Amino acid sequence: MQTVIISTLVIALVGLVLGLALVTASKKFYVEVDDRVTRVRECLRGSNCGACGYAGCDAVAEAIVKGEARVDACPGNSTENIAKIAAILGKEAIDQDPQCAYVQCAGTCEATKAKAQYVGIDDCRAAVLSGLSFMSCEYGCLGLGSCVKVCPQGAISIKDGIAVVNPRLCVGCGLCAKTCPKGIIGMHDRTTKVAVRCSNKNKGPMVKKVCTAGCIGCGICVKQCEQGAITLENNLSRVDPEKCVGCGKCVEKCPTKSIRFL
Amino acid sequence: MKSLIMIIVSTALVNNVVLSQFLGICSFLGVSQQKKASLSLGLAVTAVLTVSSAVAAALYQFVLAPLGLDYLKTIVFILVIAALVQMVEMFLKKNVHAVYQSLGIYLPLITTNCAVLGVALTNVQNEYTILESVFAGLGTAIGYTVAIVLLAEIREHIDEEAIPAPFRGAPIVLLCATLMAMAFMGFSGLS
Repeated sequence: MQTVIISTLVIALVGLVLGLALVTASKKFYVEVDDRVTRVRECLRGSNCGACGYAGCDAVAEAIVKGEARVDACPGNSTENIAKIAAILGKEAIDQDPQCAYVQCAGTCEATKAKAQYVGIDDCRAAVLSGLSFMSCEYGCLGLGSCVKVCPQGAISIKDGIAVVNPRLCVGCGLCAKTCPKGIIGMHDRTTKVAVRCSNKNKGPMVKKVCTAGCIGCGICVKQCEQGAITLENNLSRVDPEKCVGCGKCVEKCPTKSIRFL
Repeated sequence: MKSLIMIIVSTALVNNVVLSQFLGICSFLGVSQQKKASLSLGLAVTAVLTVSSAVAAALYQFVLAPLGLDYLKTIVFILVIAALVQMVEMFLKKNVHAVYQSLGIYLPLITTNCAVLGVALTNVQNEYTILESVFAGLGTAIGYTVAIVLLAEIREHIDEEAIPAPFRGAPIVLLCATLMAMAFMGFSGLS
């Protein structure tokens, strides 16, 4: 019996001393915390899963309050909670239509060929720095995945030699577009319906020589479009998303299938 | 004096806490992506380990041992460590906010870093005095910091290499850690 009492007392005493020390420390090291951060933090899932790309829920709550992260930065947060966060910050629930990245190249392993084997640092930026083009199309995706590494959402993968964006995971941060040394990743509004998946600015025959999926600038889509939404620029078709109604005539008639639905 | 230096060398290199005792692996793998973050975690662990070994050894020597409460040491040490981690967290939040943010969730996780508890318990097992315990804690922390910073350095280089697909991510990191552990076995001749 005595053992039980003594051990309980010892633990309680140690706990008490440490508790008091903590109280003093918390007073001494008190930091003024923005009240909104605490309230935003309560509306997050709180599992510290890290899917948002920040170091835990506290960090993302602070980023949201500072305006560095969107109110829906926490993936999988309920719409109800997102609305609450927006209310705390006095913002509209969704600031603007989120953008989505898309890769302007359809040069899969089947469509285009590498003309040399690249054995350097496994990164597109390094490959471009080496100054030699190892793909037969000098505009196209290298497929070494700099965009994959930089994407905080894991929305990009390399399939068949080219980068592919999963629009359901993309949050439109635009990091990939900034990183791509070839500049072939574009950002478009979610409302955009069709786009050209090619960046080759050369004339038709030159494009045909290096890739079977490239835009050859033939202008068939320009003639097909009843809305006048498509124009030719630098031997590439360009779709004006505001005029486009998504009828799909251009997609149907494109001889190389480089103009596609998103 | 000689024995204190021996303790530091033996805990930091010969019996490296991560690479030969396999304690604290979680944060070793978790926070070794960037050299800067790993170094600051190493320093935070150093602070916690050194102080906690001192407090734990003092508590054991003056409270637990005289009362014959040897069996309570684990639970009391956990209490001490948890409280100390909280204090380090508050200190960092107030004075070095950038470090506090870069460590994120891993800072409170030092509480459950078994290296910290492991050292406190080993000190008791080896019948170290308080001073010896402090040096053992410091040596262990140095060993931990060296190991995690080295791994972070390796991982920063790995990111630039063409790794075969099955080895990408965790597998290659574990392989690197294995090779490091084998390299550290070379220090066993020192003892």
